[in-house]
Amino acid sequence: MRSAGEIARDVREGASSAGRELEIALSAIRARNDELNVFLYVDEAGARLAAQRVDEAVARGERTGPLAGVPVALKDNLCQRGIPTTCSSRILEGWRPPYNATVIDRLVAAGAVPVGKTNLDEFAMGSSTETSAFGPTRNPLDPTRVPGGSSGGSAAAVAADMTPLALGSDTGGSIRQPAALCGIVGVKPTYGLVSRYGLIAFASSLDQIGPLSRSVADAALLLEVIAGHDPRDSTSLPEPAPSLRDHLDDGVVGRRIGVVRELIDGADPEVVASVDRAAEVLRAAGAELVPLSIPELRLGLSAYYLIAPAEASSNLARFDGVRYGLRVDADDVAAMNEATRTAGFGAEVKRRIMLGTYALSAGYYDAYYGQALKVRTQMIEAFRRAYREVDLLLGATTPTVAFPFGSKTANPMSMYLSDVFTIPTNLAGEAAISVPFGVGEGGLPVGVQLLGPGRSEARLLAAGRVLELAEGRP
Amino acid sequence: MLRREDVAHVARLARLTLSDEELDLFTDQLAQVLEHASDVAALDLEGVEATAHPFGLVNVVRADEPQPSLDRDEVLAMAPDVEDGRFAVPRILGEDQ
Amino acid sequence: MTLPDGWEMVVGLEVHTELKTRTKMFCGCRNEFGAPPNTHVCPVCLGLPGSLPVLNERAVELAMAIGLALHCTIAPSTFHRKNYFYPDMPKDFQISQYDRPINANGYLDLIDHSRVGIERAHLEEDTGKSTHLGGSGRLHGADRSLVDYNRSGVPLVEIVSAPDIRSSAQARAYASELRAILIATGASDGRMEEGSMRVDANVSVRRAGQPYGTRCEIKNLNSLRSLQRAIDYEAERQVALVESGEVVRQETRHWDEARGVTATMRVKEEADDYRYFREPDLVDLAPDASWVQRVRSGLGPLPAERRAALLARVGEVSEAQRDAVATVIDAGRDEVVRGAIDRGVDPALALARAANELESEGPAVSVDAFAETLLMEQRGELSATQSKAVLAALAQEGGDPHAIAAQRGFERLSSNSLGATLDEVIDQHPDEWRRYRDGDDKLAQFFVGLVMKATRGQADGKAVIAELAARRG
Repeated sequence: MRSAGEIARDVREGASSAGRELEIALSAIRARNDELNVFLYVDEAGARLAAQRVDEAVARGERTGPLAGVPVALKDNLCQRGIPTTCSSRILEGWRPPYNATVIDRLVAAGAVPVGKTNLDEFAMGSSTETSAFGPTRNPLDPTRVPGGSSGGSAAAVAADMTPLALGSDTGGSIRQPAALCGIVGVKPTYGLVSRYGLIAFASSLDQIGPLSRSVADAALLLEVIAGHDPRDSTSLPEPAPSLRDHLDDGVVGRRIGVVRELIDGADPEVVASVDRAAEVLRAAGAELVPLSIPELRLGLSAYYLIAPAEASSNLARFDGVRYGLRVDADDVAAMNEATRTAGFGAEVKRRIMLGTYALSAGYYDAYYGQALKVRTQMIEAFRRAYREVDLLLGATTPTVAFPFGSKTANPMSMYLSDVFTIPTNLAGEAAISVPFGVGEGGLPVGVQLLGPGRSEARLLAAGRVLELAEGRP
Repeated sequence: MLRREDVAHVARLARLTLSDEELDLFTDQLAQVLEHASDVAALDLEGVEATAHPFGLVNVVRADEPQPSLDRDEVLAMAPDVEDGRFAVPRILGEDQ
Repeated sequence: MTLPDGWEMVVGLEVHTELKTRTKMFCGCRNEFGAPPNTHVCPVCLGLPGSLPVLNERAVELAMAIGLALHCTIAPSTFHRKNYFYPDMPKDFQISQYDRPINANGYLDLIDHSRVGIERAHLEEDTGKSTHLGGSGRLHGADRSLVDYNRSGVPLVEIVSAPDIRSSAQARAYASELRAILIATGASDGRMEEGSMRVDANVSVRRAGQPYGTRCEIKNLNSLRSLQRAIDYEAERQVALVESGEVVRQETRHWDEARGVTATMRVKEEADDYRYFREPDLVDLAPDASWVQRVRSGLGPLPAERRAALLARVGEVSEAQRDAVATVIDAGRDEVVRGAIDRGVDPALALARAANELESEGPAVSVDAFAETLLMEQRGELSATQSKAVLAALAQEGGDPHAIAAQRGFERLSSNSLGATLDEVIDQHPDEWRRYRDGDDKLAQFFVGLVMKATRGQADGKAVIAELAARRG
């Protein structure tokens, strides 16, 4: 399987065509989508049209973008004009947005071919895709197990070689965790690096869109295309997209990397072993490894499960049956709202809406939500102190490899613990990457995580590339 | 400690109907999450600033210049019920903001 | 109206004003009244999933202008979400300001020299508008409602007064002065009937020197007159309740203009839990000194100052002239009036003509043209009717008043030809002339009318009356 960079080069140089690359993707999707439930919607007609446009541009000798003819899978919480966008929820079934997310406009401008929408945990709330109203996605490496979540469909699309690239969103680990469980690369960019316009919000102060890919280089390629200031997102960083591909081979010579106890403790032994081995590889490549403890990170999970549901409870209020999506009729408008929401949302979404409503409600705000915001401050300060000592941090992405279906659904708290290592980065608004490194139980892939301060993507990708090369991947 | 009636109250605020079984289940599950969050609730964070945004951007504004609106037919095509160019809803019982 | 001895009312007003921006608060849809329903909507103001708000710079500046005019402190501020379900509100939360408003701690001095504190003047977004079908067409009893989101997201400033107001007349004076300020700063057109300025009154009563009583909030006050009447009614109602041993219930009440009463609209419930929290999709607003200074330097003199300057030229004014002064200030024509007086126009004439004859969407009439027209009228070169016609033409298209008068054939009638016309008219109506001569003054107008008809409106009515009087001897 060629990389996205190679495909784009071949399409630009006439060695392949966007149409041909699309057919390869569509046949791979046809081969396994029924089994794996990766795509909720495949936009064959739209994709063919987009591919044709790229091929015509190439034929006319026009400049085509860095993703010319590259098929890309989109998590189904990204709005695409005229294409069903569901968030894997009954409440949005049949809704076709009248506008494009900024990232989709940027993909198309770069010559990419969006092929369809991938499954996710309902409204991105989950770590296994099991909360999707349209059935779970299966892990392509072991279909008895989950692909992780919430961007499980996007991770599976790449892992099953359906598309070389996919977009996901990461609120508490929703790109990195499924990337780790599916054996691919996932990046959670700095908050504000990628526009959120058109991303259906789960928790607005934590959500970021980011790439899933087979290689670090492809992640860099995709991130360069989607990053950069967008005037339609007030929280968008004011600068243009950073240069990432130019720094891929910078290596880690002279970098100080902190190995963080709190990002390893409690993980399976094979996962711990992979992190240890990754540390050795980085040391051998010229980095200085420093053992670190950041006790504040232990509070991340609790703070996250107050902040994210609080924001979600407000973000999801608009699904009320008035303007779009599902409506369940009733005699008066309040009853209609309630009947619609009761029928349209699944159990996990209801649980988080109620948790968030509670955390914000009179009498509890200070003890829960207000307190969690202060913990967030402490988390940011703790990271800042750490980054005065070191350039990057190293830990595990998830405590375990991909787990069997149903093993964590009965107890929400056990599912929430899947995100314990990824959440702190979201609370701090910083950047992190998960790179497949080694295997664990059942020969399933393990992801190791590199964390950096805001705007450290180039450094993170270069370090990830060191690990990738050590694993013998191109 | 989270009580069953707290969950019922919250469900009302959030416009969700819960069956008795769901009420029991959610009370139990949410209590577990809050129990886990008790470490946060118990901290002494007097004097610590709250962070609502990861970065301190300020004064992000746009110029007061009109942009095209959506086509009305496209807007109303999304709606479950439409009458006379407007979104139709069942009667609004005696409440107002 | 006065309350029974020993009682006083305590009133605070909340005024919502729509800002006169070109676009909405958080998106580029037009802020325009009266467009066909749901034509000024986009993903943002429809609250579509995935959409994000971006703040309108002009709305911030108009809010600051209001704050500066009300002597507020402009401080770093934040936006919050106020969460509640309502079909008018597409996100089911309203973006507003909560504990850190853009403007706080100001005051407004009224015409009677009393001062009312301003607690805050903050930015927030408007809701859409519902129409209720079936039943009475009002909310209660309707079968179905239809929602138009054109107004959704229109920028508002909510101005909250301190509970410093002690009479309905003072409340009216406050609302009136505030309205003048909103118009003068260009922040709003101040039209209460169209809902671009909406006033809610918080009313309570107490025996002098006692703590505040329980307050009720009165809504649906869409004129200054309703405001005054509703406050009087409500204060009397509360005093009567307390005197008969009952208690005032905290509630929202609706003013019924036709019946002249307030009625319960909604009882304040414990379930009102708006779960305010910081709007994560917007960043903080922290206007620096240079931004504030830029807004301040764009502010002209405020109505009170302009009114004082105008009254200094006009002198003593009658009750009717007070309304003319208010109109002239709101319409920004006070400079024209002062200029005309400086050029020798009679103050009363300048005030009356500026208040009543310059209404237009066209170009502002220059001081020179206005003054020249009125001087022609004073000299008797134009009749009152002709002068008004010239002013109307100036207000529509501008131009030179002499040229307009000439073009319309408004030539001065010599007193000779006026006298000849009058004599002719008298000859044709001997009976009426006799009755007039015998003292029936009402008939003067009869003759003026006939002369006007004969001269196609070119005669000066006053001159005709003078000629008549001379002939009666």
